Parts: sequence; structure tokens; C-alpha cells
Amino acid sequence: MTAVVTQTMTQTWWMTHRRLKALVRQPAVVGMLLFQPAVWLFLFGNLFRKVTELPGFGTGSYLDYLVPGVVVMSAVSSNMWSGMGVIEEIERGTLNRFLTTPVRRGAIMNGSVVEQGLTTAIQSVLIVVLGGLAGADYPGGFTGLAVLVVASVLLGTVFSALSNAMGMMVREREAIIGMSVFLLLPLTFLSSAFMAKSLMPVWMQHAAAANPITWSLDAARAAMAANPDWGAVAIHGGWLVALAAATVWLSTLTFRSYQRSV
Amino acid sequence: MTTHANNHAKNAAVEAGNLVKTYPGDVRALDGLSIEVRHGEVFGLLGPNGAGKSTAIKILTTLARPDSGSARVVGHDVLRQPDRVRRAIGVVAQRSGADPTATGRDNLILQGRLYGLGGARLRARVGELLERFDLGGVAERPVRTYSGGTQRRLDVALGLVHRPRVLFLDEPTTGLDPEARTAMWDEIARLAGTEGLTILLTTHYLDEADRLADRLAIVDRGRIAVTGTADELKGALRGDAVHVELRQSPGGVERDVVRAVIAAVDGVREVTMDGRRLSARTDDGAVAVPAVLAALERSGVPVAAVTVARPSLDDVYLRHVGRRYAEAEADAEQARELVGTGQGGAR
Repeated sequence: MTAVVTQTMTQTWWMTHRRLKALVRQPAVVGMLLFQPAVWLFLFGNLFRKVTELPGFGTGSYLDYLVPGVVVMSAVSSNMWSGMGVIEEIERGTLNRFLTTPVRRGAIMNGSVVEQGLTTAIQSVLIVVLGGLAGADYPGGFTGLAVLVVASVLLGTVFSALSNAMGMMVREREAIIGMSVFLLLPLTFLSSAFMAKSLMPVWMQHAAAANPITWSLDAARAAMAANPDWGAVAIHGGWLVALAAATVWLSTLTFRSYQRSV
Repeated sequence: MTTHANNHAKNAAVEAGNLVKTYPGDVRALDGLSIEVRHGEVFGLLGPNGAGKSTAIKILTTLARPDSGSARVVGHDVLRQPDRVRRAIGVVAQRSGADPTATGRDNLILQGRLYGLGGARLRARVGELLERFDLGGVAERPVRTYSGGTQRRLDVALGLVHRPRVLFLDEPTTGLDPEARTAMWDEIARLAGTEGLTILLTTHYLDEADRLADRLAIVDRGRIAVTGTADELKGALRGDAVHVELRQSPGGVERDVVRAVIAAVDGVREVTMDGRRLSARTDDGAVAVPAVLAALERSGVPVAAVTVARPSLDDVYLRHVGRRYAEAEADAEQARELVGTGQGGAR
């Protein structure tokens, strides 16, 4: 059993290493990771500045409220595309090449998950820095920000695993594009990313409560407050961890359906 | 080769029995395909596109699962012991699968690591393969800058990193220019000589199968139509044509004498004469020619020239499948166009 775990870990590392090397070769990608969030910060930061004056919103500065929202939205947005990589590897024959070697199926998927996770973490840190430069305040300090980054990585994992699974099963770019275009904005706006939950219509509050984007924001904001609510962090974070594990497991199962159709 | 013919099936490098595989939309890719590949030989699966060659390879390399039937590679069951099979085989698929953004060397190193190799031994092995496949000059360049032939050589090197016992080559020269194709043929012929490596290759080129395969099987609509060495298969047609050109056209009586003399030679039949040209069919042209020449000399008939035309694999295909190879390929092409390109890769 331990041999299997060690082997999976080693192979996961090599599969991740391969992807990171590819990433480093395209420095433009890092720029892309940052451009969109910067636009969101600027646009929403100015557009909704006065939102905080609404009674019951809670925070003084909208930018403080917005930074975790943009971090999390960017995590969802960049991870939703990860299935495109899966399709590319299928079309190129790379996946088939791996599948005829003794490499563990889990390691192939994990490689993608870890790489996406690292990318999401880097992106999240950069947005936090950008927000700080724009004048956002982080009363929860380093610990709070660390929870934010972890939460956005976990949320990103959920969406990259789903996107990977979709890439494996449907094998059409249009499906991934469709999913990303249709889901990103509704999911983000049906969460507490830009608006306090208490100010939403009731039906929206229910939708937001069931939305994993809200879970990650609730965990992050609870940890980023001046007086962190660790109970809330644990509950929302726990749900997020469970969901991420479930979706990764699900995405590994899609190898079976792939091998039936190949 | 025939000395191994009676070896027990257990000793076969690859054996498949009654493989059936149907794809969605009721496409029957394999319809009871059985093969047996002996240790150390180059075995060719020959057939037009869509005959089922690639599907067979996918099953034998643990990529796809058959609907029914069984297959073993170096004694391991592909369905029950896929990991053991994977350790024993090297696969060069139709689509390269090399990472285009990584260098040739990085691709080889990663491939080795997937088999648990590492350290100085892996580095040495990779260096050896780069040199052997003449990739030294491009080793540090990203694969996307490689020419078709270079990329194909890297593909073969990738399949060999872990020193497999059986190498699968799926259409190794499809899409290569003639020069790269000849180079790849030489490469495969060289590989065939090394360390008891067994090679199973698929091809839709008659000349490729003829040239590379020790034994070959013709695949038609998901089944094996016939198996044997190229010479056996052609020989079984009992049909080398021998053409003799005489110095001068024989007269009326002489004509019948000449005809009778030739017809009396062992294994020669269907003698026809047309002016100075004399034609006959024979089981084995190489054996018949000296006998025919000797008979003519004894009868005092001078000969100007002699030629032997061997039956081609195309003739073999015609005999066992019932149509010309080019026709079958054209049909396959048409079928693929009807289905559309939606399904992607070849089967």
C-alpha cells in the first residue's frame, strides 16, 4: 500500500514537473493570469464603490470586500479551461502514450490538479498584492490571506476537475467553452463575491448558500477579518475540501469511460 | 521460421484469440480477430484503413478493452494483468504523443521516469537513444520544431527507453516523405536484429509489409484473412510467370515440340506461345527457370532472354479478400468520408 502511495506521489511529481516546465516556457501566460483580475478590480472597485453605504453591508471599504471576490472569481475562471488541455493531450496522442505506460491513472490527473493549484495560488497572491497596492486593507494579516489562497486553490480544483472530466468524456472544445461562458458570471453573481448575502433577494440567498464560490468566500472572509471566526473557516473550508476531493475522484473515474470509447 | 511453427501458444510473444470490438453506432471494428506473434520476429498486420489494425493494437497495448475475446502479451493477460503488459511493451502510436513544447531529451527522460527509471542510468540510456536515432543535434530543441521524419524517430526512441520485449509500431511511415520512409525502414530492419526484440507493426502499404515483416497477416473487416511469410503467401498462389524469348520464331511442327518439351518440365503448366515469346506458369520460378533452359538447350532451341514475374502481395490480397487492394483502400476512404471526421483517429 505504501509502495503504491509513494509511487503515485513520485509520478504525480513528474507529471506536474512536465506541466510546470511547459508553463515556464510561456511567460505570457502569467501576464494573462493577471490582466483580467486587474480589470475586474478596477471596474468593480469603481462601479460599486458606493455599495458599502447600503445599510447592513458591513464593511467600510468596498475594495477590502472585493479583493477576495476577484481572487475567487479568477480562480474559477482560469480553472474552468483546464479541460482544454485534456482535449489537446487526447488529440495529440499524449494521453494514449501515458496510458500504455505503467504510470498510475491517478498521477496523470493529479499532475493536472497540482499544476492548476500552483497556478491558482500564484494568481491569487498576485491579486492580493495588486489589491494591496490599490489600497485594500487586510486586517486578518498573513494567516487570513493564506486561508484565502488555500480556499481559492480548493475552489479552483473543483472546477478544473469538472472541466477535466468534461474534456475526457465529451472531447469537444465547444463544450468547455460553453460551460465556461455560461457558468462563470451567473455562478459568481449568485455568490457573495460582489454583494453581501444579507442584501440579496431571498431566493438568491438560498442559491448563494449552496454555491461553492460562497463557501470559499465565507471561509476566506471569516479568516481575513480583524477577529477571525475559525469555526466558520472550518465548516466552509471542510465542505470545500470534501467537494474538491469528490470531484478529483470523479475525474479519475472518467479514464474508464475514455478507455471504453477509445 | 517453420521450426517454431509448432511451439505451444504459451511461448508466443503476442497472442490474440477471437477479439471482437464494436464502437458506438454499431461499427464493428474487430470481428473475431486472432493472431499469434512469435518471439523475435517482425510481424506485420496489413490492411486498408478501417480494417481494424489500430483497434487490435489498442487492445494489445491495454488501451482499449475488447467486447469479447482474449489476448496475452509475453504471457500476461492484457485484461487481468495490464500493468505487467505495460512494462513489457513499447508503443509507437499513429499520433506521436510527444510533448511539442518539451525538448526531445526531456520527452525521453519523462518517458523513462514513467517506467521508474532515473538517475545516471536513465541519462545514459537517453543519450544512447539520441545517438542511435541520430537525434543528438536536435535533442535540446522543442519537438514542435522537428520535421516529420525526425519526430517519428523520436517516437520510436520513446517506445524503446525501457528496453521493451515487444515493440508495437502503428503505421510507422504513414505521412512520411519517401526519403524519411526509406530511412525508417532501415531503422526498423536494424531494430529487428537487436536483443530478441519482437516487433508487431501495422501498415497499409503493401511494399512495407513485404519488405519488413518476417510474417504477415492480412486484415479484412476485423478478421485475419490469411497469415504467413510473404514468400509463403505468394508461393501458395502457385503462380510465378516464366517468360522465355526465343532467338527465332519456331516453325509449325517445331512449335508443338517446343511446347511439349516445356510442358514436360516438373511443376510447369499453362504453356502458351506467341511468336518468339513463350510463357508458362510455375510454382516456383527460381526452380523452374534452369530446368526450362536446360530442356530448351537439349532440344537445340536457342534462347534470347528469360524473365520471371513473381506474384505480388496485391495478388495475394485479391485471392484471399476477393478484390484488389487499391479498391479496398478506396472503399475505406469513401466509408470514412460518409461517417465524417467526427470520430477522429483511425481504427
